[in-house]
Amino acid sequence: MNALDLARWQFAITTVYHFIFVPITIGSGFLVAGLQTAWYRTSKEKYLRATKFFGKLFLINFAIGVVTGIVQEFQFGMNWSSYSRFVGDIFGAPLAMEGLLAFFLESTFLGLWIFGWDRLSKKVHLITIWVAAIGTLLSAYFILAANAFMQHPVGYEFNPETGRAELKSIVAVLTQPTAVSAFFHTIPSAFLTAGALFTGVAGWMVLKGRDSEAARPVMKSGLIVIVLSFILVGVTGDWSARIMTEQQPMKMAAAEALYETKANAPFSLFTLGTLDGSKSVFQIALPSVLSFMSTGDVNGTVEGVNDLQKEYVAKYGEGDYKPNIPLAYWSFRLMIGFGGLAALFALLTLWYMRKGGLPRGKFYLRTMIALPFLPILANSFGWIFTESARQPWVVFGLFKTADGVSPGVSAGSVLFTMVTFTLLYGVLAVIEFGLMLRTIKVGTDMTPVQTGETKTLTMAY
Amino acid sequence: MSFNSLWFILITVLWVGYFVLEGFDFGVGILLKVVAKNQAERRAVLTTLGPLWDGNEVWLLVAGGATFAAFPEWYATLFSGFYLPLFLILISLIVRGVAFEYRSKYGKSEWRARWDNAIVVASLIPALLWGVAFANIVRGVPLEKSSTGAIEYAGGFFNLLNPYALLGGLTTLSLFVTHGAFFLALKTEGDIRTRSNAIGIKMGLVTAALAVAFLGWTLASLTSKGSVVVGSLIVVTAWLAALAANYKGREGWAFLFSAVTTAFVVITLFLALYPNVMPNITTGGVGLDIFNASSTQYTLKVMTVVAVVMTPLVLIYQGWTYWVFRKRINPNQIANPESGVLDSIHS
Repeated sequence: MNALDLARWQFAITTVYHFIFVPITIGSGFLVAGLQTAWYRTSKEKYLRATKFFGKLFLINFAIGVVTGIVQEFQFGMNWSSYSRFVGDIFGAPLAMEGLLAFFLESTFLGLWIFGWDRLSKKVHLITIWVAAIGTLLSAYFILAANAFMQHPVGYEFNPETGRAELKSIVAVLTQPTAVSAFFHTIPSAFLTAGALFTGVAGWMVLKGRDSEAARPVMKSGLIVIVLSFILVGVTGDWSARIMTEQQPMKMAAAEALYETKANAPFSLFTLGTLDGSKSVFQIALPSVLSFMSTGDVNGTVEGVNDLQKEYVAKYGEGDYKPNIPLAYWSFRLMIGFGGLAALFALLTLWYMRKGGLPRGKFYLRTMIALPFLPILANSFGWIFTESARQPWVVFGLFKTADGVSPGVSAGSVLFTMVTFTLLYGVLAVIEFGLMLRTIKVGTDMTPVQTGETKTLTMAY
Repeated sequence: MSFNSLWFILITVLWVGYFVLEGFDFGVGILLKVVAKNQAERRAVLTTLGPLWDGNEVWLLVAGGATFAAFPEWYATLFSGFYLPLFLILISLIVRGVAFEYRSKYGKSEWRARWDNAIVVASLIPALLWGVAFANIVRGVPLEKSSTGAIEYAGGFFNLLNPYALLGGLTTLSLFVTHGAFFLALKTEGDIRTRSNAIGIKMGLVTAALAVAFLGWTLASLTSKGSVVVGSLIVVTAWLAALAANYKGREGWAFLFSAVTTAFVVITLFLALYPNVMPNITTGGVGLDIFNASSTQYTLKVMTVVAVVMTPLVLIYQGWTYWVFRKRINPNQIANPESGVLDSIHS
């Protein structure tokens, strides 16, 4: 493998890893804020217990999200210096705004929330968690706007003199539909993930007979969050798919492994075969669904990979403009499949609970405990799809990934950092998962704080 | 003033913010095992940083992001050029952040001892390497024009470990340790406070010697010295004031003056650099300056509006956090210092 392949692997590893924790953090930040609001309004102790308990889980995740986020910002310069030079005039701005508007807000107000239980009034303390949660939304918006520029560059002009893209309209970059739809697709997914985490934990509490007073409302709200989020994810996913078909038709064609242009194009749920354009061994396909997803019309024509390849060669010059099609095909399905499975489970459970019952079956509860993994996988496959099926471009139609890598960094250096990051991230994942399990096992009980001569701190490291 | 100069100043401000704030974080981390002898004391020391460290570290992220936005060529050359030192800093910051958040979750002594060691090492490495990196930037590094016209770093890893840069690294290391000691003296009670004060004066003298040597060397290698001389004099004066305040037991003033010193070390280095951002040490070679490294005027304008609106706001709410957590921490306030929140397990 050369430096380019290794830099791509490194980006994939560090980014997918980072994004395991981000949605949990965004979603559970708001859910914890909601629980604390319930406590503030009703003064019921069960809500305080739940706030503190889920607050702990939230913070264990947040820590990893923060520290792995630093790498995200610096690896553009380290491994992708040519990319950074090419787009810096545009891409740097939302990144800097993210830091200035969002990271400061999140970190400062979260610090106030964690350590401020006995230093702030109840009301101000409640406000701090809401501000931190809003900070995570802002952060998501800016980074998604930056990514949207890579999917669909707008508000720029290419300067042949410098060989760089130059910003012409920051408003266009920050408000283009590609960014807006990505935001409204990503945020409900984050809520879905957090809802699944809450449900899974509540399932465990029921299984072990812990704090059933808190378990029921947590389970129910978790399930409702999953179902509502899934509806939003579906609606905005449909919106994103149409934008994608218009802006990156090759990506949509790759998502279906559709080689020949077709009207009434079907969407296959499952294919046995090579996905190389030859006839598949076995396939379950829904007629006209792909046409509808792409164009909003069952009779719509969807362009195939082969025609698009010819088109792109005419437009951009000789080259292979096909992404990794099996990867695109399967990651697209796994994204939808895992998300849908979580929503289906939630819907069934809500139906079961409608008359005030709680699921008690051991197998059922164990399945519920595993629920958080479904949206986590769906999130990962969603990003793997959207990034890998844009290839060979890093900025669609403008700049190729292969041209973006740092020319001065050797393959050995990238390999060394990649292996080290991977090992460190692996160890951190084990520790994080262990702490999550441990926190869940300890549960919602709050050990009374001993009082000595000096007033003890409610929160200390 | 051009937007290019304005952004040079703003980047300086961000690095000042970063080193003044995370500087004492590093110092506290390095001193963890020296000033705190038992669990209650260790936890008291870490609790002084608890609500602050993450917000302090964001200054680095914003400095990095702002450099990307305002001077993309600088960002690209610096980060791909100083590859391994930056990687070591990143690894340290990852380990350190996780260590802060996870260490006191369990009471097991091996668990805590491991995280304590991690905190010490992961604070020491960046405190040293940031000085090495900035000294190299000021000194100049070998740069080459590539076939695409980009100005790329052309030295290896060991090129960065020259005596001047190592002296710079030792200076920031020692400065941050002292800054951290002054912070702890101001924020704790009891033995930690006594020990921190004693370390502060000792390390303060070491820092004075290193800083004079480093700034003297910097001055000796410059052709135009005016503003750098002024900056260096402020550094020396503020440092003497910090040491005098520490000697007289005025902990607030000692910390304030060590913050001023740290700020002026950064300002002096940026003054020595201006208008370059990455000078080329190869004779006759082209380096990066605030003009050939910058974004377009439009981007600089947009970012100026954002920075001018947001920075004061950030300073206000971050300042408020420091006010909320202004009280000293006493190890006696740590309830059940030997146990962690995750120790109480049902059967």
